[in-house]
Amino acid sequence: MEVVVDNKVLAFVADFKKPETISDVRKQAMDALSGMDFPTTRVEEWKYTRVAKYVKKKYKQVQASANVGEYTIADLNAHQLVFVNGYYDESLSTILEDDAVSIHKIDDLNEEYYADIVDGTSENVFSLINKAYQTGGVFIQIKKNKKANHPIHLMHILDGEEVIANARHFIQSETGSKAEVVATYHSKNSENSFTNIVLEGHIEANASLTINKFQTEAKNVLHISNELFIQDESSNFLINTITTGALLTRNGLDVIVEGENCHTEMNGAYLGTEKQHIDNHTIIDQLYSHCTSSEAYKGVMDDKSVGVFNGKVIVRQDAQKIAAYQSNKNILLSKTASVNSKPELEIYADDVRCSHGSTIGELDEEAMFYLQSRGISAASARQLLIAAFIGDILDKVQNEALRANIDKLFLEDFGWKF
Amino acid sequence: MMSNTYTEEDLAKNLEEQDYKYGFTSDFKSDTIPVGLNEDVIRLISSKKEEPLWLLEKRLQAYRAWTTMVEPDWAHVNYKKPDFQAISYYSAPGQTKKYESWDDVDPEMKETMKKLGISMDEQQRLTGTAVDFVVDSVSVATSFKKKLGELGIIFCSFSEAVENHPELVKKYMGTVVPHTDNFYAALNSAVFTDGSFCYIPKGVRCPMELSTYFRINEGGTGQFERTLVIADEGSYVSYLEGCTAPMRDENQLHAAVVELISLDDAEIKYSTVQNWYPGNKEGVGGVFNFVTKRGLCEKNAKISWTQVETGSAVTWKYPSCILKGDNSIGEFYSVAVTNHFQQADTGSKMIHLGKNTSSTIISKGISAGQSQNTYRGLVQIHPGADNARNRSECDSLLLSDRSGAHTFPYIECKNSTAKIEHEATTSKIGEDQIFYCQQRGINEEKAIGLIVNGYCKEVLNNMPMEFAVEAQKLLEISLENSVG
Repeated sequence: MEVVVDNKVLAFVADFKKPETISDVRKQAMDALSGMDFPTTRVEEWKYTRVAKYVKKKYKQVQASANVGEYTIADLNAHQLVFVNGYYDESLSTILEDDAVSIHKIDDLNEEYYADIVDGTSENVFSLINKAYQTGGVFIQIKKNKKANHPIHLMHILDGEEVIANARHFIQSETGSKAEVVATYHSKNSENSFTNIVLEGHIEANASLTINKFQTEAKNVLHISNELFIQDESSNFLINTITTGALLTRNGLDVIVEGENCHTEMNGAYLGTEKQHIDNHTIIDQLYSHCTSSEAYKGVMDDKSVGVFNGKVIVRQDAQKIAAYQSNKNILLSKTASVNSKPELEIYADDVRCSHGSTIGELDEEAMFYLQSRGISAASARQLLIAAFIGDILDKVQNEALRANIDKLFLEDFGWKF
Repeated sequence: MMSNTYTEEDLAKNLEEQDYKYGFTSDFKSDTIPVGLNEDVIRLISSKKEEPLWLLEKRLQAYRAWTTMVEPDWAHVNYKKPDFQAISYYSAPGQTKKYESWDDVDPEMKETMKKLGISMDEQQRLTGTAVDFVVDSVSVATSFKKKLGELGIIFCSFSEAVENHPELVKKYMGTVVPHTDNFYAALNSAVFTDGSFCYIPKGVRCPMELSTYFRINEGGTGQFERTLVIADEGSYVSYLEGCTAPMRDENQLHAAVVELISLDDAEIKYSTVQNWYPGNKEGVGGVFNFVTKRGLCEKNAKISWTQVETGSAVTWKYPSCILKGDNSIGEFYSVAVTNHFQQADTGSKMIHLGKNTSSTIISKGISAGQSQNTYRGLVQIHPGADNARNRSECDSLLLSDRSGAHTFPYIECKNSTAKIEHEATTSKIGEDQIFYCQQRGINEEKAIGLIVNGYCKEVLNNMPMEFAVEAQKLLEISLENSVG
């Protein structure tokens, strides 16, 4: 971090409410913040993403209500937990009967357990702001050896002008459990707001967790998410991140694999139009042997949008027999769009198979010609090729109700059919 | 009883036991100035070299820029930073007069060259290679000058170029690597002692491979070489640079700057074999190799970098191409071998500015012992670079479970008509590959040799014949008992 001249971070958080009782997590985060500054593009991790002009603004923490009807996903049949501007709204939420799932407030999370889980992981200024000034969130427990009857839908809504939503969640997938979480982000009645989300989880031995994240916020929102998952032995973790919204998005996703025989899968699709900036930063840290991981991110950038991908695979010493695969593919639809891709491998063990690939290009001219020569209009041919390109990733969303919802939104927003 | 099976463990063991083969020290008088760096030292270097005022100005400018800079620490390497005030910035072999003929050369120096396997006489007769031999910092012998002179080719030491062709040096020096470029380039620009200069006139195809051997000799002296190669319109040159350095216990700093300028329709092929002293098995000593190499391509021009890196304790080197002219081509082929405690952070930068520019990066890393081998590259497509094309391939081979192989590619694309592909793999030699060979009657030792050789072939094939032989020899020494 840079040397602090006048502390912009403290100015940024000055008006945020402090609760009466300050937990250890909050206290530590507040302490850490006082010596920090917002990252500039000189900081390697933020080389391609400029946040300076957003963090100069004063965002408000405001409790509000919202119309959840328009965001409810038909046929998803999920526990629906609603967060408006980062505040948990019980009256709008629906919790179904489910003996496998217990939902608590985030403040009920045992601090010792939490400190032990996240010990040694890194924080950044945004995750610390969240942890210091979070206004709500849930601690979800998936019970031992149980399969959740319903998906859990975390619905985040922004409402009002220049508001900040600091929701913080924690998912504990107990040994042998299985669950699916859907996280959606909306902002139809909001201008120039800031979603600063922290979503963390612990996937215990033999447990399986799937997360589908779908972010469609308005193109004036700043969206920064910090996600951290710890996997124990023989666990399975899948996360699909689909981003079409926000003016500036930063998806920070860290997975630390702390046991053998784990499988980790990360998929991402990002579609940028206008002046959107979409940044996906991922880390998979393999500490033990016999694990596999697979990562596939695909982006389609139009107009003046900017796509950023930075994926890191770390294989620690003595973590043998690791197979790690990583790929990032991008299509540029307009001359003014751009992509910065940085796939990284950091390998300290020898008996591994790691590979990564990255491509950037425009739509294949020959494929376009082929389709047009068969009587398909240029516009349809283009749509068809994009749909096929991005469809790969969308197919990773196994939940049919959610997939139908995604397809519907893509059709409305982009006119693309899958 | 001797076991006739050769396993990968044996290979790893052999690698660990492998010591530096070319370590020896020549004993001849050196003209060394006191340690430390300040403006007076720079003035002293400049006056010792009888330089014109404009060059001294350039040096001082660079020095002033350097004092405001900090040493970069973004590379994936760990080392004790050199104390720049504890280095002597000038060292010339003990005699000052220039040689009239080969016979005048100090016999001991001849011996040094013989040990390096580059006897001038033999080379002149057999290989047709003109050698500009540099011991420490002063160029002491130049051969084939006459033949090159007939074609108008200038191939001489940097100081001679400053004396005889100041207009060319003035025009091109620092245009590709400005003195403000980075910490080490600034340092080099301030204190460089000598190096090589090469100019190929319009439309001339240089009839022979040009080569320079660098060698660090004086303990405690930094090596600050400067190379400038200019290929005028429509010309072609193949330039070879190779180096071995003697055993030293303290770390020696090598901060060279190489600038290539390829004007319209010209082509430069620049091949390097780098075998500076890598330190001993415990990771003590060894050369710090912090080099700035960059080339500029005008219209339809081509620059091709080929390197075989087996030496140095710490390497920090990114031969780059600025593809400024339309239809220009940049290439980078690299084999980097690290062993024991060596650390290498190397790769290439391809900056696409012109239309229809294309670049290729092929990087092969081999890490053994407890070494760390990093590929770091940048492919940058600027908005005006329509139809730019890049293909990058970075493969890493791990021969020990204590070694590391890392890949950090940066890909920045600001033009939709560009096509960029990057792929990288990291693995060890597959048991199935060895099994396949053994099945066909090839023993394990030969199989490993075959696989490593095949793995590097793509790069070695890009080297001029005689250089490829030397490169292969170096690979063999670095990975002895694994090959053949």
